[in-house]
Amino acid sequence: MNAWTLTLFLLAVMAAAYHLGRKRAISGAGGIDRIKTLHSLPLYHGLYAALWAGIPALLLLGLWSGFQDQIITALVTASLPPESLDGLSEGRVGLLINDIRNLATGNIVSSTLTPGIQAAADQYGRLQQISSWTKWLLVLTVALGGMGLALSHTEPGMRARNRVERIVKIIMIVFSSIAILTTLGILLSVLFESLRFFHAISPLEFFLGTSWSPQIALRADQVGASGEFGAVPLFTGTLLVSAIAMLVAVPIGLMAAIYLSEYASRGVRAFAKPVIEVLAGIPTVVYGFFAALTVAPLIRELGTSVGLEVASESALAAGLVMGVMIIPFVSSLSDDVINAVPQSMRDGSYALGATQSETIRRVIVPAALPGIVGGILLAVSRAIGETMIVVMAAGLAANLTANPLDSVTTVTVQIVTLLTGDQEFDSAKTLAAFALGLTLFMATLTLNVVALTIVRKYREQYD
Amino acid sequence: MNTMAEAIDKTTGAMSASELAGGIHSRATVGDFTVADPRMSCRDVDVWYGSKQAIKGVSLDIAQNEVLSMIGPSGCGKSTFLRCLNRMNDTIDGCRVTGSIRLDGQDIYDRSLDPVPLRARVGMVFQKPNPFPKSIYENVAYGPRIHGLTNNRTELDALVESSLRKAGLWEEVKDRLDQPGTGLSGGQQQRLCIARTIAVSPEVILMDEPCSALDPIATAIVEELIDELRANYSIAIVTHSMQQAARVSQRTAYFHLGDLIEVGETNDIFTNPRHKLTEDYITGRFG
Ligand SMILES: Nc1ncnc2c1ncn2[C@@H]1O[C@H](COP(=O)(O)OP(=O)(O)OP(=O)(O)O)[C@@H](O)[C@H]1O
Ligand SMILES: [Mg+2]
Repeated sequence: MNAWTLTLFLLAVMAAAYHLGRKRAISGAGGIDRIKTLHSLPLYHGLYAALWAGIPALLLLGLWSGFQDQIITALVTASLPPESLDGLSEGRVGLLINDIRNLATGNIVSSTLTPGIQAAADQYGRLQQISSWTKWLLVLTVALGGMGLALSHTEPGMRARNRVERIVKIIMIVFSSIAILTTLGILLSVLFESLRFFHAISPLEFFLGTSWSPQIALRADQVGASGEFGAVPLFTGTLLVSAIAMLVAVPIGLMAAIYLSEYASRGVRAFAKPVIEVLAGIPTVVYGFFAALTVAPLIRELGTSVGLEVASESALAAGLVMGVMIIPFVSSLSDDVINAVPQSMRDGSYALGATQSETIRRVIVPAALPGIVGGILLAVSRAIGETMIVVMAAGLAANLTANPLDSVTTVTVQIVTLLTGDQEFDSAKTLAAFALGLTLFMATLTLNVVALTIVRKYREQYD
Repeated sequence: MNTMAEAIDKTTGAMSASELAGGIHSRATVGDFTVADPRMSCRDVDVWYGSKQAIKGVSLDIAQNEVLSMIGPSGCGKSTFLRCLNRMNDTIDGCRVTGSIRLDGQDIYDRSLDPVPLRARVGMVFQKPNPFPKSIYENVAYGPRIHGLTNNRTELDALVESSLRKAGLWEEVKDRLDQPGTGLSGGQQQRLCIARTIAVSPEVILMDEPCSALDPIATAIVEELIDELRANYSIAIVTHSMQQAARVSQRTAYFHLGDLIEVGETNDIFTNPRHKLTEDYITGRFG
């Protein structure tokens, strides 16, 4: 008799309510031929009754399921003989309660059984039984009551459609607020943790310092763990890798888009476009080991063969592979905006005796430029947030360098390394991850807002 | 303009007795489709879109310094025929043109002929004004720039100004040449497109319903402009407005389902149509 069966029952009640509501509306109107006299179609009367039967009952069910454990636990704890709790720390009490719960549900128990615990477990089980029955009873009563209420004021003049639409609208608003509130919640938690970090380390050091070694000394006499939080090498590393990626992705993506939208025959287009988009579907971890195991050694070999010093994990390898990953972003966004340039622009240009390449260079690309730039900015924000490839192929050393053959590290890589493994959640080292995350988030947010504004402006131009 | 008497003279010359007898249902064009000194001359032009024939054996001449209007019900192939004259149909997949179309005696569908320079000689103005999203100046300078018509900025400035003057737009835009052409009113945009076309000094100008997106005042201005342009160019114009055809053109061609039904002096066509279909169309019985 779990919550799922109850939900099924509820759905059945809702279906019944729908039918009854419909029926009642039709008979209220005086038969199916006279439904024109209803304010709303019978469908809406049915939905109205179903919503009344379903929503309050579902809310009740949700609340009950959410709080039943807490209430029962509180009751059981209160009924425990006071001397059995004497001298126990809070954690101990928690363990005890856990034991009681496990005993009640027939799981393995950690401590030895005392009669007191056995009694408490019995009570726990009894309470649970009662709660479950009451829940069934209440929920079904509320459902049937809601249905009855709705049916009782179903009459031809009722504005059922407006009411149903209002309820549906409210449900939509609730769900979209969940999405918005979650984002806001994440943002706030990152913000507060970052503020804690900036209490320990000054923002000046973080944003301007050029040395990054986030090891905090565990003992006062420990060596080599001074903890330096100058994030500039991470920023430059991120920029270097992203710049290399964009150098690969922008020309290739743009050329591919122009070829596909202007030159390619329909057949080629139908084949090539999905193939390019497959690149976007490859998991980044696959790109990551491709970069680390294939591209990086290749670059190293090539480099050493011409006498260059190449790190085994280089910014170049990570950037090149990331660029390949981003090609479909640039190409499909550019393709969209190029296609959005109206055919009449092309006709106008051809009719003046312009060749196809002149038309593309002088009319189509300039006309599509704002959209293309928007697409590129979105790709940049994708690049600086990319993690897997750089974790695997760019390295961990926080070198402040502009040499693409060197190993660099990025903001995302450092967040990963700061947070993997066992962590103390209030050391500056861990909190630094939040500060980095916040910086990253701000950067991508700004890029996205700017990019979307540009793209939207551009869309309006041809609507 | 030719007198009515001359016109009748000329057309009857080309007509057979049976055609004159009325009740004509042949594909042969009624009226004289030739002119004495043609700028463009088309003979037996067929156009297919895939397997669908849109133009059936049309022969028609366009004279120097004349405005030829093409009328006919929607879908009869006016735009298709017009687009053949500067090979704009080349840009449509599956479109095939046969027959001969000559510009000053040269076959424009000849294999050795490049359609790109041809389109500079036979310009086109579209139904919907389509200025480039560039400044007014750049819109007009676009053609001269790609064809290298001027040697320096001064010459280009002069060419832009004279083109805008000929299109009757100069006074309205001379103080805002650097503003976007798309910011002009519809009528101004259409005149900008005409200026853009004139700037490459074409020999023939094709216009596909150039006034259909314009209000009566803007239309009157463009019509006046067309009349002035006739002094220097040959013009073929597609229109759905019989009044417009009567106002601006010297000769009129009536198309029906891909056939050229009747062609002749505009006055004749409108006062004395000889083919049943033409008569039905201009008296408003269909179309
Ligand atoms: N790109 C195309 N592909 C296939 N068929 C076409 C194409 N363009 C036109 N057609 C067909 O060719 C015929 C003639 O079309 P066209 O556009 O020349 O007519 P129109 O006389 O200009 O009509 P309207 O007065 O409505 O502009 C029509 O039947 C049309 O469906
Ligand atoms: Mg047309």
